[in-house]
Amino acid sequence: METATLKQEHHNGHHHVYVPEPELINGKPTFNTITEVICGVPEGKMPRLWWILFGISFAFMAMYLAVIGYLIWKGIGIWGNNTTVGWAWDITNFVWWVGIGHAGTLISAVLFLFRQKWRTSINRFSEAMTIFAVICAGMFPLIHMGRIWHAYWFLPLPNSMQMWVNFRSPLMWDVFAISTYLSVSIMFWYVGLIPDLATMRDRAKPGIRKTLLGLFSLGWRGGNRQWRHYERAYTILAGLSTPLVLSVHTIVSFDFATSIIPGWHTTIFPPYFVAGAIFSGFAMVMTLVIITYWMFPQVKQIINERHIDNMNKIIMVTGMMVGYAYGCEFFIAWYSGNPYEASIFMKRATGPYWWAYWSMITCNVIIPQVFWIKSMRTNLTVSFIVSIFVNIGMWFERFVITVTSLSQDYLPSSWKYFNPTIYDVACFVGSIGLFMTLFLLFLRYMPMVAMSEVKGVLPHANPHHPDHALNKHGRGHETHQVEKVAELATKNGGH
Amino acid sequence: MSENMNELQSQSAEELRKKAEVTSAKALQILIEEEAEGVVAEFDNPGALLEAAEKIRHAGYKRFEVYSPFPIHGMDDAMGLKQSPLGFIVFAAGAIGCIGALLLQWWTSAVDYPVVYSGKPLFALPAFIPITFELTVILSGFTAMVGMFALNRMPRFFHPMFYSDKFSKKASDDGFFAAIFVWDEKFNVREVKQFFQSIGGKNVEIIHRPLEGELAQQN
Repeated sequence: METATLKQEHHNGHHHVYVPEPELINGKPTFNTITEVICGVPEGKMPRLWWILFGISFAFMAMYLAVIGYLIWKGIGIWGNNTTVGWAWDITNFVWWVGIGHAGTLISAVLFLFRQKWRTSINRFSEAMTIFAVICAGMFPLIHMGRIWHAYWFLPLPNSMQMWVNFRSPLMWDVFAISTYLSVSIMFWYVGLIPDLATMRDRAKPGIRKTLLGLFSLGWRGGNRQWRHYERAYTILAGLSTPLVLSVHTIVSFDFATSIIPGWHTTIFPPYFVAGAIFSGFAMVMTLVIITYWMFPQVKQIINERHIDNMNKIIMVTGMMVGYAYGCEFFIAWYSGNPYEASIFMKRATGPYWWAYWSMITCNVIIPQVFWIKSMRTNLTVSFIVSIFVNIGMWFERFVITVTSLSQDYLPSSWKYFNPTIYDVACFVGSIGLFMTLFLLFLRYMPMVAMSEVKGVLPHANPHHPDHALNKHGRGHETHQVEKVAELATKNGGH
Repeated sequence: MSENMNELQSQSAEELRKKAEVTSAKALQILIEEEAEGVVAEFDNPGALLEAAEKIRHAGYKRFEVYSPFPIHGMDDAMGLKQSPLGFIVFAAGAIGCIGALLLQWWTSAVDYPVVYSGKPLFALPAFIPITFELTVILSGFTAMVGMFALNRMPRFFHPMFYSDKFSKKASDDGFFAAIFVWDEKFNVREVKQFFQSIGGKNVEIIHRPLEGELAQQN
């Protein structure tokens, strides 16, 4: 696209170059439009579909909590895990959920550092998704311990046994990685929310809601002295979250890679896990965006085709990265000359779990290829279906990694085919219920789009936007010129 | 005294009422000016606010603030603000997190409870990197958030700006405001009002505590 460039003389003689951006938000919105559309959702009544989805999600969440209660009462023997498959659906779910969380941080932090303005429409919501996904993830290792009341033993606390935790164990690294990730994600999210909570506070009628919004917005006024520290804090948090998000799935992959189990003991795991995490996370963001469209079609103005298109491109790219990793694993299994490694990979593709392996390949590598076609990338039905397939495929990936390697390790006499029980299924489905419940409550009570950030990337938020120059008085022939170029800019810049 | 009474009697009731109203309006104005915590003006758009900030600074005011629903690029320079010191504070916290994590792992694993796991040395630096990194990040992140609150004096639930209804309604939505406060050395209510009008400010308003009782009704 051709962009018009306007050199505008500022009153103190500096030259400012104004380059109009392609539109991120449909229909030339004013600042107030953004506020109305976004605040309108939690201020208004929830549509019927919200209540239906909430009812279903809540029921699943309730079942989940009941099953967890039973599991703690009875022990993890109610799951299908047993020697030699000690890690099964629980760890699969854990890795799957942590991975989903990663897209949120990628959108909010990494794309922020890369100045990707389109992220502002979806960052709030994907950050929320991150937090909820990490909560769902964190529950699995906790309940997997069996004796959950000893969970605090993971913390380096002085105790009467005079023992310390083993800092050389990847499981310990996991504890620190996941809890840091959850805490930093919550802080990042909350800092981003403060100006928007203030907007909602200013619009609310006096009452409990206004008081609560007032409390949580901490008296934010939006003065530039506040924005100055705020922006710095936001940038620092983004800068911290970027290596953090890479570290978290790296450390999760260490849980596998530092062991000597064939199929796990590989150096490709950290980048492979991170790419898969971003892949599955973007798919989940896509699923949630489209579900949100069904409930609140007005959001389409702010999260538009361009966002869907960009996300689908990332899904396709990361999908091919994991595809490459699958191929590379096979190559290394052969090239290493390690018979155990070669055997486990042949068994993955052709052994008792072939169905899981080929589901994974189909969902993760083949199906996202439709996104080579632009009309597919912007088609909501196609995007939704592909995103669901990717979610399924990534779950299978985690399952294939965790279960196939354990079920057929070095000792053929202990080989075992893993069968899940009804409680495995209940815990998995239940965790989706918990996730959706939290997400729907977020839509109900919070501004789902970062209003202050979206306003900040609107073309007229730029102080050197030509429209502002038109409003000024006493500019003579210069005004005329500015007008001309502004016209040009809208012609070329808009689409 | 009697002269005054005569004069008053010579005027009609209507005239008297008008005069009384004018006097009371003037009194109210003086009272408001006396109570002023600052003067606020609205500007049309980010560009106008940026220019206004520069003009306010050039006019020699120091205790002023501009308000916008989103950060405006270039405003720090326009207001003559230095960079936020938050980065240095966070760096210090991160360094403490990093060193603290290494000390914790070294002391617990190599000194107080020396047990060999999987053939690794007691002080196994590569194995200690993940937790060192995580603790550096969490301490830095926490400090970035809390440090920002501290530098911004948050939470602060009461501020004179909230006395202005216009400000409370629009500033976080689509309003662009500038305010000069009473704690500025140069502050003079009338001068500041005129100054704001001269630089294109609209809806110039004196920020003051809400008046009580009868005065509030008159206001």
